[in-house]
Amino acid sequence: MRVLEAGEESVRPKKSPRARAEARLGWMMAGPAFLIMLSVTAYPIAQAVYESLFSYRLTEPDAREFVFLGNYATIFSDSVFWWALGVTVFVTVVTVAVELVLGFALALVMHRALKGLRGTLRTSILVPYGIITVVSAFAWYYMFDINTGYINEWFSWVPGISSDLDWFSNFGTAISVIMASEIWKTTPFIALLLLAGLAQVPDEMVEAAKVDGATWWQQMSRVVIPHMKAAIMVAVLFRALDAFRIFDNVFIMTQGQHGTEVLSMLAYKTSITRLEIGMGSALSVVLFACVLLICAVTVWGFKVDLASGTDHQDAGKEK
Amino acid sequence: MASIELKNLVKKYADGYPAVNDVSIDIEDGEFVILVGPSGCGKSTLLRMIVGLEDITEGDLLIDGERVNDVAPRQRDLSMVFQNYALYPHLTVFENIAFPLRLQKGRFSKKEVTDKVNGVSEMLELNEHLKRRPGNLSGGQRQRVAMGRAIVREAKAFLFDEPLSNLDAKLRGQMRTQISQLQRRLGTTSVYVTHDQVEAMTLGDRVAVLKKGELQQIASPRELYEQPANLFVAGFIGAPSMNFLPCTVTDGRLSTPVGDFDIPEGHQRAGEGKDIVLAGIRPEFFEDAETLEGSKRDRGSLLEVEISHTEWLGNEQYVYVHYEMDKRVEDTLQSLAEDMDADETRPELVISVSPESKLRGGDRATIWVDVSRIHLFDPATGENLTHDPEAGAELTRRAADERRRDAERAKERTEAAAQS
Amino acid sequence: MAAPGGNTTKIKVGWAVLFVVTLVYALFPVFSILMTSFKTPGDLASNTLLPASFTWQNYEEIFVGGAQTLFLSALVNSIGITLIATAIAVVLATLCAYAVARFDFPGKKVILASALAVSIFPVISVVTPLFNLWRTIGLYDTWIGLIIPYLSLTLPLSIWTLSAFFRQIPWELEAAAQVDGATQWQAFRKAIVPLAAPGVFTTAILAFFIAWNDFVYGISLTSTEAARPVPAALAFFTGASQFEEPAGAISAAAIVVTVPVVILVVLFQRQIVSGLTQGAVKG
Repeated sequence: MRVLEAGEESVRPKKSPRARAEARLGWMMAGPAFLIMLSVTAYPIAQAVYESLFSYRLTEPDAREFVFLGNYATIFSDSVFWWALGVTVFVTVVTVAVELVLGFALALVMHRALKGLRGTLRTSILVPYGIITVVSAFAWYYMFDINTGYINEWFSWVPGISSDLDWFSNFGTAISVIMASEIWKTTPFIALLLLAGLAQVPDEMVEAAKVDGATWWQQMSRVVIPHMKAAIMVAVLFRALDAFRIFDNVFIMTQGQHGTEVLSMLAYKTSITRLEIGMGSALSVVLFACVLLICAVTVWGFKVDLASGTDHQDAGKEK
Repeated sequence: MASIELKNLVKKYADGYPAVNDVSIDIEDGEFVILVGPSGCGKSTLLRMIVGLEDITEGDLLIDGERVNDVAPRQRDLSMVFQNYALYPHLTVFENIAFPLRLQKGRFSKKEVTDKVNGVSEMLELNEHLKRRPGNLSGGQRQRVAMGRAIVREAKAFLFDEPLSNLDAKLRGQMRTQISQLQRRLGTTSVYVTHDQVEAMTLGDRVAVLKKGELQQIASPRELYEQPANLFVAGFIGAPSMNFLPCTVTDGRLSTPVGDFDIPEGHQRAGEGKDIVLAGIRPEFFEDAETLEGSKRDRGSLLEVEISHTEWLGNEQYVYVHYEMDKRVEDTLQSLAEDMDADETRPELVISVSPESKLRGGDRATIWVDVSRIHLFDPATGENLTHDPEAGAELTRRAADERRRDAERAKERTEAAAQS
Repeated sequence: MAAPGGNTTKIKVGWAVLFVVTLVYALFPVFSILMTSFKTPGDLASNTLLPASFTWQNYEEIFVGGAQTLFLSALVNSIGITLIATAIAVVLATLCAYAVARFDFPGKKVILASALAVSIFPVISVVTPLFNLWRTIGLYDTWIGLIIPYLSLTLPLSIWTLSAFFRQIPWELEAAAQVDGATQWQAFRKAIVPLAAPGVFTTAILAFFIAWNDFVYGISLTSTEAARPVPAALAFFTGASQFEEPAGAISAAAIVVTVPVVILVVLFQRQIVSGLTQGAVKG
């Protein structure tokens, strides 16, 4: 975590001068990036942990008071928090599940599409990936909004939809549009990861399954998907962590009203809008803990090996 | 051109494992030396130490009598052909070959560079490919570009790191011949790493056999074949491998699991008093008694064996005979097999017979064996008990003389060409 | 199989349909907001996809009209901050990934692991303390105050992607160049840089996307036109008058900031895909 000092090196006797020079050069090159990453995240989170132990509003700086875990007690006994957590989990589960199915379908289309069309497909699918989340949120908002939208007109034949349906005035419809925009924007990412996974399934294996008499569905479920498990799990993990932090769409579409207040929104409102730094910090810490928990559960529970393939191969080659 | 001296070279990695351990080799100016051994024997590491890509932990490396341990690779003036050729994918063939010349800024004019590259590409038949990029070349062509880049600089020595291992068998044979002729023509000192013993035997003036970082023997191919210093060298050199039969020497006779026979006096003395020895008999030391020429018969002994199966390859034929493995040498033979990258040893005698031989599996047959060429090994130490260093040295001396004659002839030829 | 002729036609039609469906899926919302951006204020509430008549009015509004100060300064902020953050991130990440891929040194696993850890960090968790700190040390509402947190967004991805790219470089080339007589620097410049450049370029595009996309830092760490980037500014847009719907102006502004994304995607789709998948999936 710091550049090795000269004295420390001499303690390890077996190192050749080249190895030592290499280590020093390595840290000199990697150090700046490493330090910045760490300082911009480790410091604030440490600060947040510290602040979270105080009852502290920016509006009343003098009333700062050490309350130890009091903020956390407040949070965990407050139904607002549990609702926000529930909504966040709901959004995460639904969007990731839909994206996985949709992404797999998109990946299959791109994988099997004619060579000439692949470029066009990839280009078009990258537009949602590259577009600003806020822009995507506005695009969907204006589609559904009671004033500017045309969805009500287009689908007025569907029971329950009429020209005076205000999508953003109640939880069910509002959260649906929020999730739709989230799904639209991030499915390409999953699709591309799955496409890379598909490309790694050897054609021979699928052909062998065909010869063995597997139907299309059996080829998929018994050969292709099991073989892509690593790619799928990585995609799911990254997307789940991302979806759990959902904020931009909610902020633009509802500002958290009508029960759509997700955890990030709650934390933001508490600290930035209401300037309750102590409570906001505590919420930040809880959010961070949730993300760690998701990560731990996926990595250990599903044995996703994120770091593999990073330097195992070349470490052996060096010698 | 240069001589290269390796004096007690040691390479230890951070974990203390010696990849190269106390290796000393004197390479004469113009000599072609092969480093050979199973994977992990340290041969590539040794080569990389010579060229300067690996640090030398202990010992001295001298080029033309000068210690170069701490000299950067680029200042050693050696050129190297890498296993994967290490061609620069973004440069054309011409620029790849010209690369070393261009690095020496100001030393060569544009015309000189062009002339040199063209000369080399002429020699390697690359003229029509000069404008292409390495990605569009076949394996053999890439290999020749790598050679061209090594040659163009007229460096002090050529180093080759398994340069032919990525080519198919036929191409390998062609390139082997080409490398050999090129080296003789240019007379450049060369060190060549390979695990292929055909390359080792055909290319090398001398071959250094390494095992686990230690030099086992360095000698001409003939000496290695006829007078191996130990069990490992005997087993590693020659294909199919030498047979090792557990046996005892009693009353001037060698008793083996496939029969007893007389052996020469020298062998008797070497093997006497030992509890058990390993008799090293190459498959080609045997012959089917039926097809044997009469004059040879007296030099050997006859054995009655039961044949398990045969393999007929057109130009040669192998006969296999099962025997009972002796528990006392099983471990030795097993670890020998592992040292040579083989999985297991089978208690099976391999006999090379004439392709005309009519022997078939299940037959009982009379086999002749040339007892004068058998070696006896101590299973405990691996030492060759019947090693004749003088006879071996004579073989290597002869090879050295041959090389010098070749070099002189090549020189005369170039002089003659220059005069006309 | 029984009737190959009929089958292939069906299959062809099927593919054509899938192709069109995919295109519509990917592009429809963009098309929708593009149409909104061409609507006149009166047209906005007409509840149709297409405008009754096309107008540049909304673009005039944000470039030369009432929303000019708000939008143009935000655009300058966005471009400036994003480009600077991308450049710094790519330079630092290149050095870092080079070291990780090339050298064997203690702690390189720690670097990769912490890059991964930082990339899963919830931005919201960091923003409150940063908000506090920036206010104390005077970085609040400044370019630097955004560039630094943007580095924490872009660095992990850049390091991860570049390491994946650099691992595929045949490092033997560097050794070969040194044997050929190159200095360490020459070997790096002549043999490695030409091979590494495409990876660095791709990483720069991905880093740009991430920084360009930021919203949380943008709304939390700025308060005026001094540093507020476009996504944050969009959230503060109001109509020309209090009663006027800002949808037209917002849509126009949204289209303007989408243009660079579309250009990059069209020109470099192949590189973007390879960069995205290399960083995340092994092999």
